[in-house]
Amino acid sequence: MILKGKAWKYGDDINTDLIIPARYLNTSDPLELAKHCMEDEDPDFPKKVSKGDFIVAGKNFGCGSSREHAPISIKATGVSAVIAKSFARIFYRNAFNMGLLILECAEADDISTGDELEVDTEKGLIKNLTKNKSYQIKPIPPFMEELLSAGGLMEYVLKKRES
Amino acid sequence: MGMTITEKILADHCGKKEVSPGELIMAKVDLVLANDVTAPIAIKEFEKTGAKDVFDKTKIALVPDHFTPNKDINSAEQAKLVRDFAKKYGIVNYFEIGEMGIEHALLPEKGLVVPGDLVIGADSHTCTYGALGAFATGVGSTDVAACFLTGQAWFKVPESIKFIVYGKRKSFVYGKDIILYIIGKIGVDGALYKAMEFEGEGISELSMDSRFSITNMAIEAGGKSGIIAPDDKTIEFVKTRAKREWKIYYSDKDAKYSEIYEINLSDVEPQVAFPHLPENTKPVSESTNVKIDQVVIGSCTNGRMEDMRITAKILRGKKVAPYVRLIIIPATQEIYKNCIKEGLVDIFIDAGAVVSTPTCGPCLGGHMGILAKGEKAIATTNRNFVGRMGHPESEVYLSNPAVAAASAVLGRIGSPEELGIKESE
Repeated sequence: MILKGKAWKYGDDINTDLIIPARYLNTSDPLELAKHCMEDEDPDFPKKVSKGDFIVAGKNFGCGSSREHAPISIKATGVSAVIAKSFARIFYRNAFNMGLLILECAEADDISTGDELEVDTEKGLIKNLTKNKSYQIKPIPPFMEELLSAGGLMEYVLKKRES
Repeated sequence: MGMTITEKILADHCGKKEVSPGELIMAKVDLVLANDVTAPIAIKEFEKTGAKDVFDKTKIALVPDHFTPNKDINSAEQAKLVRDFAKKYGIVNYFEIGEMGIEHALLPEKGLVVPGDLVIGADSHTCTYGALGAFATGVGSTDVAACFLTGQAWFKVPESIKFIVYGKRKSFVYGKDIILYIIGKIGVDGALYKAMEFEGEGISELSMDSRFSITNMAIEAGGKSGIIAPDDKTIEFVKTRAKREWKIYYSDKDAKYSEIYEINLSDVEPQVAFPHLPENTKPVSESTNVKIDQVVIGSCTNGRMEDMRITAKILRGKKVAPYVRLIIIPATQEIYKNCIKEGLVDIFIDAGAVVSTPTCGPCLGGHMGILAKGEKAIATTNRNFVGRMGHPESEVYLSNPAVAAASAVLGRIGSPEELGIKESE
């Protein structure tokens, strides 16, 4: 899969309260949540982001609460993948379970807001077209690949039950 | 090769003799939990599958505690969805607000989690139950939906980090201070994906309530779980409450740890975590120049009976400083009732506090104590992220109940000693 889009760059320890503040958790409607995505970190994010863009961040992205509203809100903004140096574990499993692509990249710090990126998930490579550089993506573990190709955990579980 | 307590519990729940870190397993779950914020997504996902029934109506716990008593119409709709689901499938452990409590205080109190259990919950502080010698971890709503269907969940067996806590505890140092001190040392991702195992005389000396505060905040260090092997105090706690038989596991002497830390309690003062991460800790003695607008004492971290008694000890005969709001939230109805019986509620109200029905409310900026722009609060809760308790430009400082109560009286962050109170009195 080849994905192309612009990077929106954030720092370390972007927690789930920044991604979707609890004051909006009285709904689970994806489009409603998308209106407030990243609000306490970057209030204009929902207006600025275009379909296919990437969120890029430092270490421990998605730390804090287990709220699945966080990956749901990101996905509903049209972001095609989150690229970070590392992910907090509940966010990590939530993303695979509900079908948001997340990619670990040790060199994520090199990417800046506005950089045009081309991600090749098969080759495990991110091309930074603006800076004319490329970075390795940490390979996705086989089980996570299975979840992704099934279309998420529920589909995976249902397929297993059928077989 | 030796195994840790965590590896043993996971192995037993996936029908294997042994498991090792990194291994991916499908394991049977003893209890699956969700609340009024996370259950609605799980329920919708579950119902999409067309399943006729849940895997076991006795092994699901639904606790509407976050935005309850319903704070607005949307929250009421979410709570209703959970209630309707509980009715439809006959979920045994659904807790209406009159018998409710903050989930992680409630489930151990009701004897629904016992030593040796494997518990998942769509709430990050599910790791609290590790204080009972259970493996418990927070997951998302989709995990819970799949578990409603199958009774199972997938896990990567975590590496374990051992924390050996020893030495003499200083005055007004509790489980909360030990865990804040550890997070200050290793950082908010210092235990990322790992099980945090706590042991030593500094742990065995602690009450169960204090131990729950420690395992509760394992997630604030990025941990998958926190765990304390059962001892006499654990058994004493569960024996009158447990609804099922329990099983006790211990780590083997030759079990493998990715890291081992030693914590000498003679180095640990009561801690204060400054905005906006729990790792920004300082001893209270270096935190005394912060004026505060609000104090919250409660939450799944510090809303238990010991916390209420400590709070009362500090507030007895004192008054909350002018223009400071003190909000005290006993974590469960049983704790609330005991606060009334023991006369603690009189002390709280005479001091100028408000006492609320159990709710997560202000901890996550839901309701019952939201901060305005520029306001500062000290709270016994677990997170001090940007906007956590209200306006994105408000600030939250984390502490134990003794420091929080003393700060309410002082009108700034400070210690009980500044009020001339001694722990032993």
